[in-house]
Amino acid sequence: MTDNLATERQADIRTGRLSDAEIEQNFTDKCPPLSHAEALIESDRCYFCYDAPCTEACPTEIDIPGFIQQIRSNNIKGSAQTILTENIMGGMCSRVCPTEILCEEVCVRNIHEDKPVSIGLLQRFATDPIIESNTELFSRGEDSGHTVAVVGAGPAGLSCAHRLSMLGHSVVLYNRDQKPGGLNEYGIAAYKAVNDFAQREVEYILSIGGIDVRSGVSLGSDLSFPDLQQQYDAVFLAFGLGGANKLGLPNEDIEGVLSAVDYISDLRQSENKGGLPVGNRVVVIGGGMTAVDIAVQSKRLGAEFVDIVYRRGAKQMGASRHEQELAQTSGVTIRHWAQPTRILLDDRVTGMQFERTELDAEGNLRGTGEHWSLDADIIFTAVGQTFTDEVFGEVAGDFEYQYGKLLVNDNRRTSVARTWAGGDCIFGHDDLTVTAVQDGKLAAIDIDRFLETGQQGDEAWQT
Amino acid sequence: MADLTSEFAGIQSPNPFWLASAPPTDKAYNVNRAFEAGWGGVVWKTLGEDPPVVNVSGPRYSTMFSNERRVIGLNNIELITDRPLQINLDEMRQIKKDWPDRALIASVMLPMNEKTWAKYIPIIEDTGADGFELNFGCPHGMSERGMGAAVGQVPEYIQMATEWAKKYARVPVIVKLTPNVTNILPVAHAAANGGADAVSLINTVNSIMRVNYDTLTMYPTTDGMGSHGGYCGAAVKPIALHMVAEIARNAETANVPISGIGGIGDWRDAVDFLALGASNVQVCTAAMVYGFKIIDDLTSGLSDFIDAKNLHTVSALVGKAVPSVTDWQHLNLNYVEKAVIDQDLCIKCGRCHIVCEDTSHQAITHTVKGERCFEVIDEECVGCNLCVSICPVDGCISMQQLTSGVDPRTGRDVQAEKATWTTHPNNPMAK
Ligand SMILES: Cc1cc2nc3c(=O)[nH]c(=O)nc-3n(C[C@H](O)[C@H](O)[C@H](O)COP(=O)(O)OP(=O)(O)OC[C@H]3O[C@@H](n4cnc5c(N)ncnc54)[C@H](O)[C@@H]3O)c2cc1C
Ligand SMILES: Cc1cc2nc3c(=O)[nH]c(=O)nc-3n(C[C@H](O)[C@H](O)[C@H](O)COP(=O)(O)O)c2cc1C
Ligand code: SF4
Repeated sequence: MTDNLATERQADIRTGRLSDAEIEQNFTDKCPPLSHAEALIESDRCYFCYDAPCTEACPTEIDIPGFIQQIRSNNIKGSAQTILTENIMGGMCSRVCPTEILCEEVCVRNIHEDKPVSIGLLQRFATDPIIESNTELFSRGEDSGHTVAVVGAGPAGLSCAHRLSMLGHSVVLYNRDQKPGGLNEYGIAAYKAVNDFAQREVEYILSIGGIDVRSGVSLGSDLSFPDLQQQYDAVFLAFGLGGANKLGLPNEDIEGVLSAVDYISDLRQSENKGGLPVGNRVVVIGGGMTAVDIAVQSKRLGAEFVDIVYRRGAKQMGASRHEQELAQTSGVTIRHWAQPTRILLDDRVTGMQFERTELDAEGNLRGTGEHWSLDADIIFTAVGQTFTDEVFGEVAGDFEYQYGKLLVNDNRRTSVARTWAGGDCIFGHDDLTVTAVQDGKLAAIDIDRFLETGQQGDEAWQT
Repeated sequence: MADLTSEFAGIQSPNPFWLASAPPTDKAYNVNRAFEAGWGGVVWKTLGEDPPVVNVSGPRYSTMFSNERRVIGLNNIELITDRPLQINLDEMRQIKKDWPDRALIASVMLPMNEKTWAKYIPIIEDTGADGFELNFGCPHGMSERGMGAAVGQVPEYIQMATEWAKKYARVPVIVKLTPNVTNILPVAHAAANGGADAVSLINTVNSIMRVNYDTLTMYPTTDGMGSHGGYCGAAVKPIALHMVAEIARNAETANVPISGIGGIGDWRDAVDFLALGASNVQVCTAAMVYGFKIIDDLTSGLSDFIDAKNLHTVSALVGKAVPSVTDWQHLNLNYVEKAVIDQDLCIKCGRCHIVCEDTSHQAITHTVKGERCFEVIDEECVGCNLCVSICPVDGCISMQQLTSGVDPRTGRDVQAEKATWTTHPNNPMAK
């Protein structure tokens, strides 16, 4: 097949496809908060299970029946305390957690009546007023004299810093981006965290004190890992994932092929969403949460045709069923079992050619040789991000890795002395805000144990 | 369709559901609406001497809610009628004329001297009322003036006032009892001795609803001060049922017809009262919470139930459960039950485990072969019924009798013959 497969059509990329009012409407809260009355009624549905399955399913182990009972008794502050003690980002998590595959999936109400307690919405109900009013629930512990370096101010880094401060340690928090928050600020879909919630939550977390944030400072270019090791009593690495994966096709750098993560970051930072260039025909390659997010947001910015193309089936998609449904009800077409084979172009992108896929007898994915194509003004790649060890420079070889990510033990210790890691940059972490928060918390608790007892990294690594 | 017609102490009504003396029966307007809706009778809001009493112009009611704001209990500080006697009498006369097939009962509360009773009873009876109900139950306000519960708590006063009422009335006299006594039998007996044709119970229970969490005063208040009220609604039903059953099963009072009152909201509540010895029932709170329309469920539900049980009439249901009520000392100590959990219905909330573990007999597992699983351990189960009582799934846990073999808890054979505390070797008073 040849390039003239591309149809003769003008690229249609414009700003201002929708009116400001339409944009505003499209980017309001995806799940509006519960009213007081709704929260009371919903909290009454909790059975207060023993050894509750929901708590076990929560990566941060929030005492869910406990906080819901506190809502029932109108003890909202106590409820927030229960949540935030285990998960200082309980506010953001209540908005972005895929609860349908976490706490709400195992709610016993599913067996009883096929409708779980709305745990996420109740969690938001309890925590919103605390962040809103900046009510102090946690205070800095008595100064231990220790200082810990945290690299990366995303969910993992902030969670670790906050817990370290509670435990009395001082923290220097280095962050590459100008704003702290990590992907909460630059990645999460705009309609999941409206009204600048990410920054308000960061302010709340930092208000505990004892955390010195240094923005615009990158490990690797502005400071080296050996320097950190030398200057601080312990180091926590939480710099997330660096580069976006490529499709591995010729002409991938041509105009019109964009990384979804970069575009979402622009979208999240833009003051005027209507000013973003939006294609009329958008094709998204990938099957995860990022693919859904870019597809839905493109639609909400006014793209007319948005297709997600994923090389396997609906079951294998990284995006949960709930997310897939969100895409479909937003008018996005999801096409399964097709892999990109060629970028169609003239002086810029005009479309994409795909090959049908199937599983062979051994269950491996293979192309069938049958091709089809889609017109496109924009192609978004959303095929994952990779860990880059460049930040470590010469000492990169000191760390142990698994599948290209940092290897840590249960307490989030790396193989390098006095160094812990968490969040997207470690192996075994499932790329969610909530797991990043748990990593930070566990690491802080272990760092504290280490600083108080002096237990050395090597022997601890073995445990 | 079962026959719901009712005769209570000689008073006829098309069904056994009366509205109790209270705001729903305060005036002709309400009573007309009640009869249009299908209620069998009304006990008019309690009449008193002129000049009438004065109610507060602040809150009279407060409620205990479930989270969904379902009313569980209602507290009130309303007094008897605050309208002039003549207006009430005129309206009652008209109502009886317009609704001859419905029961109209005059509730009265009068001071403790015979002259007053001699004066008022005939005037009130002249309205055409089918009977009297003597209010010896109101626990607030009126009791401070030596009436209501102040009379109802002293058997001698009950008897005396009942005798006066009987002396001047030709229609049947029902004595309404207060639950604010430690034993209902002496007061019920006193009513019978005074010649009462029937008793009705319960009136409201002394209560304070709660405090106001902002002001730290009791709640509600009138200008910052509050007074205890009377508690009613679903929450008081078990108290009422016990008192009704006591009167029904006690030889000295067993023949006195009982009008059952307290927490009746649906037909099943009515079945409770009827089976435990009441001949008809009265409703107040449920009507005040949902309006008169609840009569449809009360009548159709009761009718279907009587049909399903092949009983044909309401009176055939009356007292059915009374023989099953006894003293603790007569319970069979040889009878053994064990809880059984239906694994297909179990939703694995674990509540049965934790309540048995923390507060009962450690007789329910939480893990079986490494899986979350709740099973009864017969070696520990004492058959207390707590797990059944708290399980959120209807029918998931049941109690099953052990009819033979060895009780794995005690290691003793299950005995077929009955044995009670009266003959138990641990009982120092055993016969
Ligand atoms: C588009 C998108 C949508 C998502 N949606 C959801 C969702 O709905 N729900 C959900 O649970 N999860 C979602 N996730 C995943 C979630 O955002 C991440 O798992 C989580 O943010 C990981 O946290 P982290 O702290 O490890 O890293 P990040 O959030 O990536 O933060 C890393 C931080 O490190 C800093 N940094 C990077 N390199 C350096 C360096 N060399 N030196 C110093 N600082 C550095 C960055 O500035 C950044 O602040 C989404 C992810 C993406 C990309
Ligand atoms: C199963 C059970 C057994 C009880 N046994 C006793 C007892 O032996 N002695 C006692 O003084 N009170 C006993 N009580 C009453 C309680 O102490 C308490 O006064 C009552 O339950 C009211 O409180 P609550 O409803 O707030 O729990 C018992 C209550 C229950 C439910
Ligand atoms: S009946 Fe009582 S003792 Fe037996 S399992 Fe249930 S709660 Fe435990």
